[in-house]
Amino acid sequence: MEIKIITTPLNEEVIKGLKAGDKVFMSGYIYTARDAAHKRFIDTLERGEELPLDIKGQVIYYCGPSPAPPGKVIGACGPTTSSRMDAYAPKLIALGLKGMIGKGKRSQPVKDAISQYNAVYFGATGGAGALLSKSVKSSEVVAYEDLGPEAVVKLYVDKMPLFVINDIYGNDLYEMGTAQYRR
Amino acid sequence: MREIHTDQIISALEGLFIDANINLSQFVLDAFNRAIDREESPVSKEVLRELITNAEIANKENIPICQDTGLAVTFLEIGQDVHIVGENLEDAVAEGVRRAYKKGYLRKSCCDPFTRKNTGDNTPPIIHIKIVPGDRIRIVVLPKGGGSENYGEVRMLVPSQGKEGVKSFVLEMVKKGGPNPCPPIIVGVGIGGNFETSALLSKEALMVPFGERNNDPVMAELEEELLEEINKTGIGPQGYGGTVTALDVHVKSMPCHLASLPVAVNIQCHAHRIKETIL
Repeated sequence: MEIKIITTPLNEEVIKGLKAGDKVFMSGYIYTARDAAHKRFIDTLERGEELPLDIKGQVIYYCGPSPAPPGKVIGACGPTTSSRMDAYAPKLIALGLKGMIGKGKRSQPVKDAISQYNAVYFGATGGAGALLSKSVKSSEVVAYEDLGPEAVVKLYVDKMPLFVINDIYGNDLYEMGTAQYRR
Repeated sequence: MREIHTDQIISALEGLFIDANINLSQFVLDAFNRAIDREESPVSKEVLRELITNAEIANKENIPICQDTGLAVTFLEIGQDVHIVGENLEDAVAEGVRRAYKKGYLRKSCCDPFTRKNTGDNTPPIIHIKIVPGDRIRIVVLPKGGGSENYGEVRMLVPSQGKEGVKSFVLEMVKKGGPNPCPPIIVGVGIGGNFETSALLSKEALMVPFGERNNDPVMAELEEELLEEINKTGIGPQGYGGTVTALDVHVKSMPCHLASLPVAVNIQCHAHRIKETIL
């Protein structure tokens, strides 16, 4: 398969070139955040306060890694199910979030926000936490350390293997793939 | 009476949970290889190859296959001629889990249902105990991730819904999960008993070796039909579309009340982590 090489933060040009089903290698900084961190993000915004990171152009990875063994940057770090973040994602996309990495289908409001604000949803292979850990070169907790595996961690990734699931043109790899192979 | 000290149980569990989470069993790798041959989608073949590479990296680097190292589901089959000495058995199981998740750098994924505060050591484990003939203890561990567990359900069908009702319920659950429970999945179906035993049967069904069929020809046929229909849904590995959505389907059943037809579906992800030992 052809592989598209992309770097973060994601710019409009790169986003326009991505289509559902593309295999990509992503390099650059990304941020982990899952259930509890997303709840705090939204609570923070509702109080009128600033998020602990500037999410403009950034990519959030729905991931709660296993602890790093001695001598390693990170433990296993595959994606968690994205739909649990659907209630929060449109608000973050409207604030400039450009990429989300996870696994599983998104809600229609998320897909609408992806099209409206030009963002992309990427799939990382669920359950491939050991493989994905090989692309993480550095890891640093940047917010909510008290949440343990749910803390926000800034990762530097090199050639992280992903597939484009939802692009700005309204395509959805899950729907396309399933329709193609349904008997 | 054969005496077994709880220290032996603690150290067995410590070893089993680390081993299960880091070293994917050969029978699962063999199933991935067979799936690559059967899979028609090039994208999904690529995903299956990633899963094999992933297992090799986990084994070589001594890190978990998947970061969701699960709730610590533990099955104990205790021979009725065994006398357990030492501490309280459930405390011992918890201690084994505690040690494994700390020493193995496994993720602690257990929290309060409402406050969501992490218990910090992946306890309490989920313990199922059966008393069986003999003077041994068989321990099976099945660390189970949340993503696949979330697509399980118990449903009390009306008896007249019969086999077709069971089939449409299972297919509904598989389609509802779609990509989320990390296909290719393993599907456990528990039929009969009552509300809670059907759920336990569905979990036990996940532990049946791949390819093995139920002794009851009706249930065996149901397994075959479900596997075929699930693989026709087109969901495929990771839900990216394909012809291998499930690696296998197992049914466990028992008699039920005249008025009931309890059915439970429990879904397991491709990271099928299961290890056992006999003390």
